[in-house]
Amino acid sequence: MNEDKLIIGGREFQSRFILGSGKYSLNLIEAAVKDAGAEIITLAVRRANTREQENILDFIPKGVTLLPNTSGARTAEEAVRIARLARELGCGDFVKVEIMRDSKYLLPDNQETVKATQILAKEGFIVMPYMYPDLNTARDLAAAGAAAVMPLASPIGSNKGLATRDFIQILIDEIDLPIIVDAGIGRPSQACEAMEMGAAAIMANTALATAGNLPMMASAFRQAIEAGRKAYLACPGRVLARGAAASDPLTGFLHD
Amino acid sequence: MENQFFIDTGTLSPEALARKHQLETDPSSRKNHMEYLPEMEQIDSDICSRVIGQMDSYEYSRYTARDVKDALEHETCSIEDFKALLSPAAEPFLEEMAQRARLETSRHFGNTVYLFTPLYIANYCENYCVYCGFNCYNHIRRMKLTMEQIEQEMKVIADSGMEEILILTGESHQMSDIKYIGEACKLARNYFRMVGLEIYPVNTEDYRYLHQCGADYVTVFQETYDADTYESLHLLGHKRVWPYRFDAQERALMGGMRGAACSALLGLSDFRRDALASALHVYYLQRKYPHAELSLSCPRLRPIINNDRINPLDVHEKQLCQMICAYRIFLPFVGITVSSRESAAFRNGIVKIAATKVSAGVSTGIGDHESKYSGKESESLQGDEQFEINDNRSLDAMYQDIAGEGLQPVLNDYLYV
Repeated sequence: MNEDKLIIGGREFQSRFILGSGKYSLNLIEAAVKDAGAEIITLAVRRANTREQENILDFIPKGVTLLPNTSGARTAEEAVRIARLARELGCGDFVKVEIMRDSKYLLPDNQETVKATQILAKEGFIVMPYMYPDLNTARDLAAAGAAAVMPLASPIGSNKGLATRDFIQILIDEIDLPIIVDAGIGRPSQACEAMEMGAAAIMANTALATAGNLPMMASAFRQAIEAGRKAYLACPGRVLARGAAASDPLTGFLHD
Repeated sequence: MENQFFIDTGTLSPEALARKHQLETDPSSRKNHMEYLPEMEQIDSDICSRVIGQMDSYEYSRYTARDVKDALEHETCSIEDFKALLSPAAEPFLEEMAQRARLETSRHFGNTVYLFTPLYIANYCENYCVYCGFNCYNHIRRMKLTMEQIEQEMKVIADSGMEEILILTGESHQMSDIKYIGEACKLARNYFRMVGLEIYPVNTEDYRYLHQCGADYVTVFQETYDADTYESLHLLGHKRVWPYRFDAQERALMGGMRGAACSALLGLSDFRRDALASALHVYYLQRKYPHAELSLSCPRLRPIINNDRINPLDVHEKQLCQMICAYRIFLPFVGITVSSRESAAFRNGIVKIAATKVSAGVSTGIGDHESKYSGKESESLQGDEQFEINDNRSLDAMYQDIAGEGLQPVLNDYLYV
C-alpha cells in the first residue's frame, strides 16, 4: 500500500481524504487534520482574505497542502481573479475551481468551469475543478489541463451520499485523471463505497461539521477511505444482483 | 385601539402641525400610495403579484397540528408547509422546529456566524413614517456627516476589527443624494471588505452606480406587505409609494448588486402574513435571480426618541423565534440577520438555531462611534438615533460570546470581484 499514492499535478500524497474547512470552528482544524490524516485542506479565498483575529491560515498545520477554492465566483472571469488573488496571498499553485450561479443548491456551472480551467492551467495553476458529473464536461476539463476532476456526489451540504453514483462511475472508467468525489458525502460508508468504485480521493466538510464529535468522525472517514481504497486495489469479487449463478456454464456445449 | 404612533413634539409651526394632523386624520389628504412618481422606474415583474396573491389567500387559523407535523416530516418544505409552520398551530412545536432549523443551518452554514455593523451617515428625512425616529415631523437633532467625518467614523469602526459595514441614511434625496452615498461607499471600500447599503429605494442605474462605487448588497425593508396598512403608516414622502419600494431588491440585482435583503418591520401589521410575504419575496427573487445572495431580516418595532410607547405588540420573542425557525426550514440557504433591536440573550440563543448574521458595536445615531467606542466625550455635534437598541455589545464582546457558544464568528466571507 505504501506505493499507492495519490498524484495530483505531479505532487504525491499518502492520504486520500481532502478536508474542507469552512463550516466548523477554526480551533478544530488542527485536530481534524490530525485525526483525518489529511494532507490537503481547502480554504475559501474570500475567508482567508481577512484581517487579524480569525485568519484561517493561522490554524492550518505546517506541511499540509492548501487547496484554495474560488467560492463566491459566479463566472469564469471571477474565478480566475480569485485564483490569482490566492496565489498573491501565498496559497501556492493549487486551486479548486468552484463556480456557482445558483445560491440555493450551489450547483457548479460546468461551462464556466471549463473556461476558467483553460485559463488557469495555462497560467501554471494545478487546477482541480468542482463539477456536475457529466462525461463531456469531464473530457473538456481534461483537455483544458485540469489536474483532477471533482464531481459532486449529491447537493452540497446534503449528506445524501452517492446520488450520482452511476455517472461518477463513468468518469472513473473514462477519464485518465484522479476523480475526487466532492460534496454530498455524509457518512464514512458512503466514502468507502466511492473509494471501492475507484475514486481517487474524497472531499468532505459538512459531514464533519454536523457530526457530534468532529475529530472522531474525521478518524472514521479516514478508516473508511483507506478500507475502500484497499478493497478497490484488491479487486472486489462479483456481487450477484439476484439469484444464484448457474453451476453448469451455458456455453459448456461448445467443443471446437 | 389607541394609536401608539401619533405624537406632537410642540416645536412645529401652526401650519406644519395642521398639515401633520390633516395627514393623520384625513386619508383623502394623502397621495395615492400605489401610484409611481414620474421619476420612479417601473420594471416588468410578476414577483409582487405572486407574493401578494399568496399573502391575501393565507388563512393561518385554518392550519392544524397535523399540518405542522406533516410539514416537519417533509424533507423539502413547500409553500404550504411554510404556511403551516408560521401558523398559531405550530406554536406548541417550537422546540421541534428549532431542532430542524438548527440542522438546516448547520448543513448550509456550518457553525459560522457573520458580524457586521451599521453606520448611519445622515438622519435627514422627507417622509412621515409614523413609527420612525427620523420622520420629518419628529423633533430630533438632524445631521449629515461630511466626507471627513464619515472617514473618521469608518476608521474608528475598522480599528475595532470590523470588516463588514452597512451604510444607512435617512430618506432624503435632497440632503443625502446618490453622489453623496456613492462617495461614502468609495471611502468604505478603503476600510472594509464588504459594503452594504440600507438607503431609500432608487432606480436601476443608480444602483449600478452605487455598485461601481463599492457597494454590493442592498437591504430594503418593506415595513409591511399589507399595502392598506402601509398607506396608514407612511403618510408623506417618496416612501409612501408602496410598489416602487417592493421592486427595489429586483432593481438592485438588475443594477449588478450581488445580494439583497428583504424584511417587514414586525409589529406594524399582521406579523404572520408579513412573515409569509417577506419569505416569499426572497423565494421568488431567488427563482428569478438564482445567482443572487439573499437574506432576510426580522426587525421588531422599538421605541424612538419622543415616543417610548412604541412596541412590537403581539410579536413576542416566542413568535419571533417561530418565524425565524420557519424561515430557516423553508429557505435553508438564505442568510438571516438579527439586529441589536433584540436582547443579548435572544441573540445568543437564536444564533445557535437559525440566525447567521448579527450586528455588533451598534449605534443608530449619527457621528457618535468614537464617543461610543472609546468612552470619550465628543466635542463635535451628533445626530439623534433612529430607534433605541437593545443589545449594545461591542465587537469584541460579541466575538467572545459567539465563540463561547461553540460557534465560529466570521468577520468576512466576501470578495468584491
